[in-house]
Amino acid sequence: MSMFSIFNVSGSAVSAQSQRLNAVASNLANVEAVAGPDGKAYKARQVVFQTVPMGDEGTAGVKVVQVTESQAEGRKVMDPSNPSADAEGYVTHSNVNAVEEMVNMISASRAYQNNIEVMNTAKTLMLKTLQMGQ
Amino acid sequence: MLETLTNQLDFQSKALVLRAERQRVLASNIANADTPGYAARDMDFASNLRAATGEFTGGSGQRLPMTASSGSAIGSVGGMPTIGLATGDLGRGGFMPVSTVGRLPGGSGAGELGYAVQTQPSMDGNSVDLDRERATFADNAVHYEATLRFINGQAKTLLTAIQGQ
Repeated sequence: MSMFSIFNVSGSAVSAQSQRLNAVASNLANVEAVAGPDGKAYKARQVVFQTVPMGDEGTAGVKVVQVTESQAEGRKVMDPSNPSADAEGYVTHSNVNAVEEMVNMISASRAYQNNIEVMNTAKTLMLKTLQMGQ
Repeated sequence: MLETLTNQLDFQSKALVLRAERQRVLASNIANADTPGYAARDMDFASNLRAATGEFTGGSGQRLPMTASSGSAIGSVGGMPTIGLATGDLGRGGFMPVSTVGRLPGGSGAGELGYAVQTQPSMDGNSVDLDRERATFADNAVHYEATLRFINGQAKTLLTAIQGQ
């Protein structure tokens, strides 16, 4: 039954997009984080999507294959009075770009909604199919 | 004898299977809208239906003429196929036919897929146009439901004829 696999496909996409939203949430939560005791500040995380073939040709879901950390330099702020400051008086903040993350969040939530809509449509069609001939 | 009664239903059921198939492919495209390197797939419904019902004849024994949809009209510029953008056909872009795609054995009505032509090139090699996919998805859903109603109507007609009420 071909239409059933729509739920697998869109379901995998919804779960992938929600992982992306989780990554965005933790990035935004750590925008103001400064370097911890190990001297390393929080690094922005990004999920990497990959296509997963599902059964028949042309049916493909999504999965998150890895979570990468941005290697960009963290923001350095001059603040000698801060206990986390280094020898030159700079405090290293996380390298999260709040604007980029907001854009990412909107994109992920739109994709999430799209896939939910797809599943709803498929569900409606299949229920109508079940009533065939009645 | 019974074939003449069920021929019509046969035709519609093949169309229904193809519509379901296409719905699945479009769902895959929408699911992969953000996946790098994903190539959008699609199906030319008209030519697939023609292939699936090649032997179909109406009750009177004459072949039903089917016209090609504008979606299957592929122009070419410098050897590269161009898309429905030029023909102003939003619902179904043009498709590059793929010869390597086989049909399922037994002629189960599974369609032959092609690749939807990109509307806007993107850096990550993803060729899904989300707006087009969503429009096509809605369009295909309505067509699916229409086909369902045709089947229901024909079944009712047959039953009415049989029961004579």
